Formats: sequence, structure tokens, C-alpha cells
Amino acid sequence: MITVLLAIFIPFIAACLVPFIHKFLTGRRIGWFVMAVPLFLFILLLRLVPSLSDGSTYTYTFPWIPSADVHFSTYLDGLSMIFALLITGIGSLVVLYSIFYLSEREAIGRFYTYLLLFMGAMLGVVLSDNLIVLYVFWELTSISSFLLIAFWYHRKQSRYGAKKSMLITVTGGIFMLAGFLLLYSMTETFSLRELIGMREVIAADSLFVPAMLLVLIGAFTKSAQFPFHIWLPDAMEAPTPVSAYLHSATMVKAGIYLVARFTPVFAGHATWFYIVSCVGLLTMIWGSVNAVKQTDLKALLAFSTVSQLGMIMSLLGVGSLAFASSESTHVALFTAATFAALFHLINHSTFKGSLFMVVGILDHELGTRNIRRLGGLATIMPITFSIALIGSFSMAGLPPFNGFLSKELFFEAMLSLKEANLLTMDSLALLFPLVAWIGSVFTFIYCMIIVFQSFLGKTPEPFPGQRPAHEAPIQMLVAPLVLASLVLLIFFFPNTLGTYILGPAMLAVYPQFESLNGLVPEIHAWHGWKMPIFMTIGVVLLGVLLYRFLRYWKGIYQLGILQWTLDRLYNTFLLWMETTATKITKTYMTGSVRDYVAYIMLFFIAFLGIGLVGIPQFVFDFSKDAPIEINEGLIVFVMMCSSIAILFARSRITAIILNGVLGYSIAILFVVFRAPDLALTQIIVETVTTVLFLLCFYFLPEWRVERKSISMKWRNGLIAAASGIVVTVVALLVQGHSFYPSISVYYESASRLAGGLNVVNTILGDFRAFDTMLEVLVLFIAGLGVFSLVKLRRKKGADHPEKK
Amino acid sequence: METLITLLVGVLVAVGVYLLLSKEMLRMILGTAILSHAIHLLLLTMGGLKKGDVPLLQESAAEYTDALPQALILTAIVISFAVTAFLLVLSYRVYQESGRGLELRGQKDE
Repeated sequence: MITVLLAIFIPFIAACLVPFIHKFLTGRRIGWFVMAVPLFLFILLLRLVPSLSDGSTYTYTFPWIPSADVHFSTYLDGLSMIFALLITGIGSLVVLYSIFYLSEREAIGRFYTYLLLFMGAMLGVVLSDNLIVLYVFWELTSISSFLLIAFWYHRKQSRYGAKKSMLITVTGGIFMLAGFLLLYSMTETFSLRELIGMREVIAADSLFVPAMLLVLIGAFTKSAQFPFHIWLPDAMEAPTPVSAYLHSATMVKAGIYLVARFTPVFAGHATWFYIVSCVGLLTMIWGSVNAVKQTDLKALLAFSTVSQLGMIMSLLGVGSLAFASSESTHVALFTAATFAALFHLINHSTFKGSLFMVVGILDHELGTRNIRRLGGLATIMPITFSIALIGSFSMAGLPPFNGFLSKELFFEAMLSLKEANLLTMDSLALLFPLVAWIGSVFTFIYCMIIVFQSFLGKTPEPFPGQRPAHEAPIQMLVAPLVLASLVLLIFFFPNTLGTYILGPAMLAVYPQFESLNGLVPEIHAWHGWKMPIFMTIGVVLLGVLLYRFLRYWKGIYQLGILQWTLDRLYNTFLLWMETTATKITKTYMTGSVRDYVAYIMLFFIAFLGIGLVGIPQFVFDFSKDAPIEINEGLIVFVMMCSSIAILFARSRITAIILNGVLGYSIAILFVVFRAPDLALTQIIVETVTTVLFLLCFYFLPEWRVERKSISMKWRNGLIAAASGIVVTVVALLVQGHSFYPSISVYYESASRLAGGLNVVNTILGDFRAFDTMLEVLVLFIAGLGVFSLVKLRRKKGADHPEKK
Repeated sequence: METLITLLVGVLVAVGVYLLLSKEMLRMILGTAILSHAIHLLLLTMGGLKKGDVPLLQESAAEYTDALPQALILTAIVISFAVTAFLLVLSYRVYQESGRGLELRGQKDE
């Protein structure tokens, strides 16, 4: 299906075009071009919604690396659709907002290139069917997130945050890749659809649990679940549009996507339920408790995102129980949890996106995000205040906003655990709703902090910002207004969303269901005096109470256990790694060439030596040796003597003459061994080399007799002797064996093939002419090197050493 | 004959490596030159020694010496010449620039 392919590739193509178009559309006008991309894709995707709700899906495959079973296959179903719509929809709004948020002086072209890169990668993650392709896009989102967080790279904090997010998410990604490979080893396929079809095979495999854990680590790092959440608050150093887009609406939800996607594969197992729901709930309460103590509004929102992601995660965990139970009433209860997760996913994107944009406006207009320095802005910025009110109250779970609906569904799902009576311990079924409820109370508190501490109360003196504060320009308000109205719209028409968008996604999570019947619960704002509404009332009452008396109990954050942070652990670990790595490297990178030569030789000896040990028996075959004549033996003897004598040469002239003796003796050996061409070349080259050596000596100082320590001599001597022995033994072994007939016979028809009688010449000039040509090139380069080294002018001011 | 030459190759390799491990640049250059001598002989030995006539095609010969190693060695001789020449000029230049003689950094006990 071409639409899906377009959706992935258009952002990448646009990213490549941005630098060029930026030449014509200068300044912030480039933003309009960028905004057209997600808007176009959003409309394109929206057109497919009706057919998706009929249950059809779109696939497209073309082979990429067929030998490794890697195909570029795309798959669009209901689940992918939710994410694709979020990516393109929120993407359009964020780009619109960023046009007026970023100053003209910023590197706008670079910003949009990264943003489009991210958009393409993220669409690739949710639309890929092949796991390897998914992994590639997954890491690409980490990289583009790194680039966007470090957008203001001159700030130290930005660089720190970017590195942190990169390290954590990419490490998680590698774990995930390992999980994918385990899945491949079980099923021989990388295709998601085929994996889901083979879930009985996977469930029966002994690698089931390791694969599940590895995939979950990938999902948890990306979705900032406890204890991997520490990168998200630091990622807030990115420009606010990026925080709104990547770090609340889309990228951090990739982990949610992965968990939802793999629910059919892994959900039958109780471990999956326990890990996903417990980590989710723990993240939820940890995030919300930490959010309350933040003073930076963006940090507060970051912790709130962590908390909300945990909430969605826990809902998915509860939803997975539908695979374990057989009673239809229970199944309906648990599928409702997944439904609530997907519903809240959309709601969270709307209200959190608008809240981030509000914070961006405050930062933009007043130059601060610190709630201690804000206050009394409601009268100055009434529209911004309304948006903040809608967003926060929705997040707190109050009517008439969409967050209320999903919060009710959340409570219901947590309560359903008890009714289903599936948990081994009843206390756990009580604990889950309790933790969820406490987390919600803290959520309520920080939502109130956002609204009341920055918009109501006294205006602090001196007022932040250089100029008198006023309402943001209307262009900046459009995007948050659209999101805020969505918050309201979804509250009044939740079931339209349920049928058209959430329904098809439910089918993707629960493939065992044939149709939507029983999968999509009717959402009601009011469903009688039941437990969830009492819980909401309780949240409001306790929340208001705690908020009023915040300053009296805020001191508990100073207590020891809460002061201990995972951040410190991360920093210590990183520092330890760096120092240890430096220490280890310094032990062998001595900066001395001789040591490196020694390493090379030692490796050579060890490598070949170990190879020799593996040989079952040493067979030296001397029978085919040619006879030795006296004169030949004499030459060899002379060579051995002169080569050893070089080691003891006191003056360099002796060494050069001995080297010449070696060279000319080899020329004589070449004559004996019927190699006239070699003999001639050797004589010429040896002569020129000797002359060259002597010439150089004219310029160079006499060498010193080596004064080595005994241990050094022994070390070098041993390495040298061992190399010699290894070479000799290997050569002798090779001569004793002949596995293949020689190919040289072919060249003996040289006169017919190449028209020459000298076989060596025809090989060089005809058969291997290209080699010879490149050899000439090597000579030419060496000649150039020699010439330039001799002729290159010395640096000014550097005196000739002899003049000193 | 092959065994004898192989032993010679072993000795040359040992000498070459020892020189390569020394501190003085000139010794290192000599080491590379001797190593390439050794490898040329090794290549030739692999093809068999004195097994036939000179590889110049003529009617009288029945069998020829293996020509392939010879072609390889011919290339290698020229390349090793180029390398030696370059290294020599490089060491000359190093001396000119640093003026500190031709010794590499060594251990403390040397």
C-alpha cells in the first residue's frame, strides 16, 4: 500500500530538502513548508480510517536483505493508526507552534531537519512489520532525539541531557534487538504478524522468558519507566516544541506501542502481567510524587509524563490478563483495561501537549519557568490561563474533560483485578487500586500547582521578564487551543473515537477476537454511584486538603530516602566507567612504536602458534627436496652469518654492507633457482638501495650502539626467535602438503594467450596488467612522498639543527 | 634445498623482527628490508626449487619452473624498494625537524 510507504519516506525526503529550500524560504517561513508534511500525511492517513474500522489492514513488502530474512515490510492496522495519527497530527500542531516559538536567530533549518528526521523514524517504528527494520527506526528516533535535545549545544545541561537519553535508550534498544534475535531463533521469522500467529510455538519455548525480558527492557527505557526514567527530566533541556512532541506525545510512547504490539505474543504468561503492571504502577506513583516537589514547570511536566506513562503501562499489564482467563465476563473486564490504556494514550497527548505549549508560552513571554517566580498571570494572559486550566484539570481527572473518562476507566480496571480473582494473593488485588489511588492524589496535587501557583495568587516582585507581560501572540495560541478543544470534544463524543480509532487497535492487540463485539465498551461520563466515582471524589477531597497544607508536609522530601536519587547512581557509574577505561587503555597504549610492533608480533606468534597446536600431527616431508650443491650451501651459510652479524654491527656502514651482502646473495640464489628476471631486478634494486642508504648517511648522524637493559634484550630476542621459529615451522608444514594442483600450468601457454615467450613478463604485462599498473601507481606515490619530504620548505623560524 | 632455504628464511625473519623492535630508526628500516628479503625467498620456496627449466618458453624444455611466485616476487621487490626509500627520506626529515637524532621514545631503563 503506497500510502504507508509515503508516510515513512516523505519526512525523510523533506528533511533532505530543508537545507535547500531554506535558501529561498528564509527565516521562519521555512516552517510552513515543514508543516505541510505532517498535515498532508495526517489527511492521507485519515482517509484510511473508515476502511480500517471495517477490519481491513494494509501491508506492503519489498525485499531488502532477503538472505537474512530482512524485508522492508510495512503494516498498517488499528494500533499503528493511532500512533501514526498522533505523530502526524501533534506533529503539525507542534511545527505550527514552533514557527513562532523559535527566534529567527536560531539555526531553524537544522531544527526542522532533525524534527522531520524524527518524524520519519517514528512513523517507521509504528508502521514496520519486520523487527529488524523496526529496530533500525527505533534507534533512529533515539539519535534524532539526541540531536534535538542537544539543539542548544552550547549549554552544558543540554549536552548532558542529550548524552543521558542517548545512552539509556540506545542501551535499551540493544537489549530489545537481542530479544528480537531470540524470537527469530524460535520462529525463524522477523515478521510481527507471523510472530503473533506463532504465539503457541513461542510460549512453549524455553527462551520465552529471556526474550520477553529483553523486549521489555527496550520498551521500558524508551518509555521512561522506573528505574530508567531518569533521562526524561534531563531531556527537558530541549526546546519546548521538542519536549511537547518527542518527550510527551510520541517518542516516549514507542515503548507503549511495543508493549501493546507484543501483548498477543507474550501475554499468556503471568510474568508479563506482573512485570508490566507492577513497573507501570511503581513508575506512576514515583513520577507523581516526584513531580510535586519540582519548581521548574517543565521538570514538573516531565515527571508527570513519567507518571502518566506508567499509568498507561499498568493498564496494558492488566489488559494482558484477558489472555489468561477463560470466562467471558472476566475477558471483557480485562480488555476494557487495554481500551482504557489506548484511550488515555490519546487523551494524554492532547492535554499534555497543550500544557507543554503553555509552559513554552510562559517561558517565551516571561523568560522563566520557575513557579516561585510566577503568579497572578490569569488576568494578564486569560487565554493561556484557560488552556492551562483545561489541560491540568483533564490531567487531574476532573469533568468535563477527557482525562476524567480515562481516569474512571483506570480505576475500574484496577478494581476489576479483585473481581476476577485471578491473582494468587488477595492482598495484591487490594494493593493495586490503592497504589493507583495514591498516585492519582499526587497527580491531582501537581495539577493544582501548575494552575494555581503560576496563574493565581500574588504577582511576584520584581516581575520576571524585561518588558511588561501580555498575552501571547495569537499564532502561538492556535496550536494549544486546538488541543484544548480536543480535550473538551473527546469528553462529549468519546464513543466516536472508540468506534473508529480505538476499536481497530483493540483488534490488533486481541487478534483472537473475530469482530469488535465485546471489545469496545461504551464510554459514559456517568455510570452511577459506583466505586470509581467514589475514588475520584476521594482524590479531589484529599488532594485539595494536601494542596492547601502543602508547605507543612513538603519537608518530607528532605528525608534521606527521597534524597537518594538514581541520577547520582547514573553519574557515579558513568564516571567510574570513564576512569576505569582510561586506566586500562593507558596500560597498553604506551605511545612507543616499539611496543606496538611487539604487540603485532606477539599476536602473530600466538595466533599461528595456537593454530599449530590444533594440528593433529606434524608431517614434514623432505622427500621432494631438490639436492643441495656445495656452492649453494655456501651462499646460504654466508647469508645466515651476515644476517646475524648485522645484529652486532658497531657502525652503520658495516650494517649496510652486510645488508648488501644479503641482497646480492639473494640475487645469486635467484640465478640458481632459475629466475633470471628476479636476479636482474634484485641486482639493480639492491644497488640503488645501497646507494640510497649511503647517501642518507651523509646527512644523518652515526648510530649509537644500543644500550638496552638485559630484560629488554631478552624480551626482544624471544619475540624475534619465536617469530622465526613459527615462520619456519609453518613453511615446512605447508611444503609437506599439497591440497590443490598448481594453477601455474595455465601461464605456460603464454605464447598462445599473450604472445610472449617470457612467462614472468606475460604475467606482469598481460595476465595481471592491472596489478602492475597499480604497482606503478604505488611507486609514483612513494616518489611523490620522497620528493615532497625532501623539498618541502621547513617551517619559518625553525633553525637547522646543525646551526645550533 | 627447500628445507635449507626455509631455515634461512626463519633466521632472516628473526633478525628482521629483532631489528624492527629496536629503538633506532635506521635499524628499523634495515629490519623491514631484511624481512622483505626473507619473504621473497619464502615465496620462491613455496613454488618448488630447481624443479624445471627457466620459464622462458622454448622447444627444448620439458618442464618449467613455477613462474607465478616469480611474478609476485618481482612486484614485491619493487614495492619494498619504494617503502625503504620512503622510510629513509622520512627518517632524514624527522632528524631535520627534531634535530634529536633518530631514536624513538624508549623505556625508562634504557
